[in-house]
Amino acid sequence: MNGAHDMGGMHGFGPVVAEADEPWFHAEWERRVFGLTLALGASGAWNIDMSRSTREDRPPAEYLGMSYYELWLAGLERLLEGADVRRVLRAEEVPATLARGGPADRPPPRPARFATGDRVRTRNRHPRTHTRLPRYARDKVGVIELVHGCHVFPDTNALGLGEDPQWLYTVRFSALELWGRDEPASISVDAFEPYLEPA
Amino acid sequence: MGDDHSHLSETQIRVRALESALVERGLVDPAAVDALIETYESKVGPHNGARVVARAWTDPEYEQRLRADATAAIAELGYTGRQGEHMVAVFNTPQVHNMVVCTLCSCYPWPVLGLPPVWYKSAPYRSRAVSEPRAVLAEFGVQLPEETEIRVWDSTAEVRYLVVPMRPAGTEGWDEERLAGLVTRDAMIGTGLP
Repeated sequence: MNGAHDMGGMHGFGPVVAEADEPWFHAEWERRVFGLTLALGASGAWNIDMSRSTREDRPPAEYLGMSYYELWLAGLERLLEGADVRRVLRAEEVPATLARGGPADRPPPRPARFATGDRVRTRNRHPRTHTRLPRYARDKVGVIELVHGCHVFPDTNALGLGEDPQWLYTVRFSALELWGRDEPASISVDAFEPYLEPA
Repeated sequence: MGDDHSHLSETQIRVRALESALVERGLVDPAAVDALIETYESKVGPHNGARVVARAWTDPEYEQRLRADATAAIAELGYTGRQGEHMVAVFNTPQVHNMVVCTLCSCYPWPVLGLPPVWYKSAPYRSRAVSEPRAVLAEFGVQLPEETEIRVWDSTAEVRYLVVPMRPAGTEGWDEERLAGLVTRDAMIGTGLP
């Protein structure tokens, strides 16, 4: 969805300001929201793409008016509506669960369409649902830099429509292509094969 | 996103009520929540990544393995798992400076860097790192020669990036531990230099 979370290239947010002491959390409730989100995430009642989708899916003014962990809290509350939590993460399982993580790579269902060095154009697609191709990198020509294998496709996984594994590539664009400025800079995004066509 | 943390009491009550209800229904083990918080508040952090970088600086064979398969090379040092399942190490050179962002949310390599600082998750960084990286670097006090190419990596999938900065001059003969002390978190995001 073309939401306020898709910030690349937006103007007006001002300078990047680092905090002096940089605490991880600014209130006890932020700690609990973080811990609850991870604990319940391990229950399998939803997947990481649903989590991201739920956090970003709100009117832009609302999204921008909320702090980071307020978005997590609102996302968690929404995910819990009607969720079927069957597995409860126990304290003793935490180290092994974190060490295992949740790998997103899957066996390839078909050969890769692109190879390193290929020129590709990102599709000019604007789904109203979750996607991971930022607006600034749509309908742009870039070069395949890395091929990562097949990964879970967030666009379907976020909707509960299955993992539908897709080839994942790092696509590199020049600053000229993205921003119209000929300067020594390039920007890469990780793009799934359905986002790309040959250029 | 606002940086206003002033609605605390109301939100605090809301979160307490949520947690109590979840514990009561048997859906959450509060000790697991404690363990998760403790892990990321006091165990995992940029000292992990600093060890990876210092090893790469002192052991050419390790550096090769880090280039070829960063996930496996980082796992050799015991750092694996959540938000680091698919790692790529990007190496700075005199010609190329790398920096990492997640414009869509806050993707960050937890096993090597811990949780991201607030600025990394903030709208100013997410909006500008891709469109004016040189200006952002200048705000961090990083001044690069005009001809240095800046490579920005926007973490839009489950691949996570670790910047391996150049080893500072004058550190010949330093051991791994002393070198690790030079490697800052920002240097491994690309917004700092060691």
